[in-house]
Amino acid sequence: MTLVWLVLIPLLGGCLAWLAARRSPAWARWISLVALFAELALLLVPVTGGHGRWLAEVDLPWAPPLGIRFHLAMDGLSFALILLTAVLGILSVLASWTEITEKVGFFHFNLLLTLTGVVGVFLALDLLLFFFFWELMLIPMYFLIVVWGHERRVYAAIKFFLFTQGGGLLLLIAILTLSFLYFRQSHVVTFDYLTLLKIHLSPGTDTLLMLGFFIAFAVKLPAVPFHTWLPDAHTEAPTAGSVVLAGLLLKTGAYGLLRFVIPLFPDASVHFAPFAMGMGVAGIIYGATLAFAQTDLKRLVAYSSVSHLGFVLLGIYAWNGLALQGVVMQMLAHGLSTGALFILVGALQERLKTRDMGKMGGLWTSMPRLAAIAMFFAVASLGLPGLGDFVGEFLVLLGTYRIAPAFAAAAAAGLVASALYALLLIQRVFHGPPSGTGGAPPDLAPRHLFVMGIMMAGLVWFGMAPQPVFDAVAPGLDNITAFARIP
Amino acid sequence: MPLPLLPALPLLGFVILYLTAGRLPKRAIEAIGVGSVGISAVLALLIAADFLRGSEMPVDTAWPWMTLAGFAPRFGFRLDSLSLVMILVVTFVGFLIHLYSAEYMAADEGYDRFFASMNLFVAAMLVLVLADNLLFLYVGWEGVGLCSYLLIGFWYPNSANGLAARKAFVVTRVGDALMTVGLLLIYTRLGSFDIQTVMARAQQQWPPGSLAAVAAAALLLGGAIGKSAQLPLQTWLPDAMAGPTPVSALIHAATMVTAGVYLIARTHVLYELAPPVKLAVAAIGAATLLVASFSALTQRDIKRILAYSTISQIGYMFLALGVGAWAAGIFHLMTHAFFKALLFLSAGVVIHRMHEEQDIFRLGGLRRQMPLAFWSFLIGSASLAALPVVTAGFYSKDLIVAAAWADSPWLGGAGLLGAFLTAIYIFRAVFIVFGGPERHKPHRPTGRRIAVPLIVLSILAVVGGFVQLPSALGGSPLFSDFLGKTLPSAPARAEAEAGVTLASALIALAGVGVAYLIAVRHWFTTALNAPPARLVGYWWSIGWGFDLAYDRLLVRPFLWLLSRNRADVVDSFYTALAAFCRQIYRLLSGSQTGRLRWYAAGIAAGSIVAIAISVFT
Repeated sequence: MTLVWLVLIPLLGGCLAWLAARRSPAWARWISLVALFAELALLLVPVTGGHGRWLAEVDLPWAPPLGIRFHLAMDGLSFALILLTAVLGILSVLASWTEITEKVGFFHFNLLLTLTGVVGVFLALDLLLFFFFWELMLIPMYFLIVVWGHERRVYAAIKFFLFTQGGGLLLLIAILTLSFLYFRQSHVVTFDYLTLLKIHLSPGTDTLLMLGFFIAFAVKLPAVPFHTWLPDAHTEAPTAGSVVLAGLLLKTGAYGLLRFVIPLFPDASVHFAPFAMGMGVAGIIYGATLAFAQTDLKRLVAYSSVSHLGFVLLGIYAWNGLALQGVVMQMLAHGLSTGALFILVGALQERLKTRDMGKMGGLWTSMPRLAAIAMFFAVASLGLPGLGDFVGEFLVLLGTYRIAPAFAAAAAAGLVASALYALLLIQRVFHGPPSGTGGAPPDLAPRHLFVMGIMMAGLVWFGMAPQPVFDAVAPGLDNITAFARIP
Repeated sequence: MPLPLLPALPLLGFVILYLTAGRLPKRAIEAIGVGSVGISAVLALLIAADFLRGSEMPVDTAWPWMTLAGFAPRFGFRLDSLSLVMILVVTFVGFLIHLYSAEYMAADEGYDRFFASMNLFVAAMLVLVLADNLLFLYVGWEGVGLCSYLLIGFWYPNSANGLAARKAFVVTRVGDALMTVGLLLIYTRLGSFDIQTVMARAQQQWPPGSLAAVAAAALLLGGAIGKSAQLPLQTWLPDAMAGPTPVSALIHAATMVTAGVYLIARTHVLYELAPPVKLAVAAIGAATLLVASFSALTQRDIKRILAYSTISQIGYMFLALGVGAWAAGIFHLMTHAFFKALLFLSAGVVIHRMHEEQDIFRLGGLRRQMPLAFWSFLIGSASLAALPVVTAGFYSKDLIVAAAWADSPWLGGAGLLGAFLTAIYIFRAVFIVFGGPERHKPHRPTGRRIAVPLIVLSILAVVGGFVQLPSALGGSPLFSDFLGKTLPSAPARAEAEAGVTLASALIALAGVGVAYLIAVRHWFTTALNAPPARLVGYWWSIGWGFDLAYDRLLVRPFLWLLSRNRADVVDSFYTALAAFCRQIYRLLSGSQTGRLRWYAAGIAAGSIVAIAISVFT
């Protein structure tokens, strides 16, 4: 039942926060915070009730005639990602503490509802249930962007919605077809993941279905050339929205590839791997160079996500132990480093009322703490050894090299490109002569320092002593690789 | 003596200074910043004593980093004679530079930021030279790069400094990316990052000249070229002068640029297995030392003269490595650390006391006004120019030139020509800055924390070479014997040595003479001012146009492409799709006019078409 509570806590917390906000906005903030801390506590309590390969499992009938079940299960992979969800959720609430002043209750309702969807996606083992949670993430995130976003929020929100919904439609068709084909084979109506793994598909069909799944997840990831919703959505979203988008929503795409695409369609995936890896490398280089070209600070960080997630796509299709551990580490570290950069950008925007790097400069003098912290996350982002991103990227490269040396070598060029944008950020914002925007803005407040401190500690931990993460995730990855019968 | 303490102390210094972020009093910052490196230096001495006392076994300590399916890099430290030389150089020269900085930077607002970065720099360099595996070495390697970025851009309000800092980082990162691929190749083929294991397996599995060995050596060389500022990635170093002068001393003498030399010496087995790459190392070294020497001849900025001289001297080290004179390369690394630190620090005194003036032609006559700086700079210059017998630089450079000569007269000749040019460019600076009439009055007297490092380094720049006397002078090769346990000794070439020693001694003296004639006696003025000579001089002074070429061929096209694509060309597909949908919507909604006649006509036309289709198919 732990798993049900993991889904229910953010849902109930969100509803409660909305209701309580009528009394005072502070209530909404505190309730959200308490709910997410409860989620975290629940996760850290030793989980029981699982058997075999799952840490915990719940399997209840939902709509029996249609073969839909409420089937949730958690392994090491889901555990690590839900942990990231809870931590980033807490940090997003803290980061929006003073930023969000309008409709505070509704904001937290949407934020927690998105998190509910994310948690559900990481747990669902019934394909329709998965689809349900997949769509659940989408609507509240749309509201977060369209209500609390910046100048071009309507455009960005609709674009986000259309891209994700387009992918979602393909996903739904693929799921229904898969189930239908299984029904023709065995006369059983089911959407259960573990059952559907046993399906036999003809080569042409499995490629088509695989593409249906793949495109949905590649849009979310995002892989080049499906990435263009991301810079707009990230840039226009409020800080918490950007953090959740970059830190969590993108990871659901990677999770989908790991959990569904390759295990369900192993043969098609093997043939498709070179294309997917090519997309990954393209993302690494293209994302980084476009990040370097931006003048809007938030867009720069957004494009850097495209680059980082390119490593994830590359590693998933390298499909070996080193690369997959690298993928998970890259997801966690990217959640922290990019999330932190979005929070810092949000803090800057709150103070300077602009994201245009042309209007910034020399801020080190007035905000030395914010600057020194931004330097930390910038160098984490460019893959400095000793911090989490490096471990993730290096493992992906190491795992890729033994399969496809050329792709690994091309991806290594991303090291240069990431240095370009990360140092450009520091240069434009913090170095140079002080620009005269609005006197001397105040430095980071203790609340922000606390948030940043946690994220920095996390990255140092991932970078210096990542073994606990690997140990926790390894059984989950073994699980997945066992399902996918790939040599 | 625990090895990890060596980098741990400066690292701790960095952490304290970073986290307190300037809230400590100045004295405390100084105590932490200078003290941490000082204690490391003392520890290094104790470790050296232990090592020399005969504990032959290399000290070995390690913590696990991660373990994944056989991939188990660790934070492992290992000491042998090569790393012992390196840690002594890094901690001692590093400490003297820190001590000097305590006074030099005293008036600067970013005192804590400065010492935090300097401490991290030393810590990263110590990790680099003590790491027992290539991945941990890479941690130090990148750390050094980061610190150089932080310190070159230390005076951040000036955008040019930030640009120089980014240039240093990005250019060296090009090398690092190659090195990363090299690491991937090595691990994938040999199954380990542990340096001893990798070297042993490479010897067993890779026949000499095999593709894998050549590729691995060449890729690592890429990294070394970047960090050590060799052709064609040397362009970042002259601009790195943007940092405070003690930073230049640290980058040029104790850390950073020597990393590439160390890496090649450390992985020398790979280079023995890859003769073409080894030859490339020698050729790059020879070319770099000449190119940089010619550039140094034409500079006006005293720090740029020293910067080009560093590129050139590292070129000598590469030349030594390339001809298999491993110990000679490391020997020159050590003596170079002494005299180059000395030169930068004494130049710093001059610059500081002359109101930040760096143009040698606006200085002059400082001989009497600042005797300490004069004597220090003179001793440093003599050592750099390798004046015979009395300087450390003579012994190390002579060893390299002799080894190069034995290998090929071309390489040896390049070394001799370089020695001649070196003597000219550095003594040109000496004569112009310190000779002639007095021009300005210096301000601020020099304190003890500046004087002590200058005196100690002056002594080292003289006696540092006596650990390895050439056989022609009746000495014994203590230093290369000591390193012989780690690095194979150079091929015997006793006959050639005496002649080369004599030649290089005479050439260095001749160079000083030429510098005197040009700078003091103003000989050759008409020839040097002739238009062709001026043109060539200009070309050399801008570093042979490398920057210009990179700017036109790489940077500008790249930026142009990016500026065209700022809006992301991929998005135009989706925008077009949206526009297409909107157009269709307009067309169709245009048909909904509300006029019954149109609708009736539409229904009729549709029916006719439908009937036509059913009839004719």
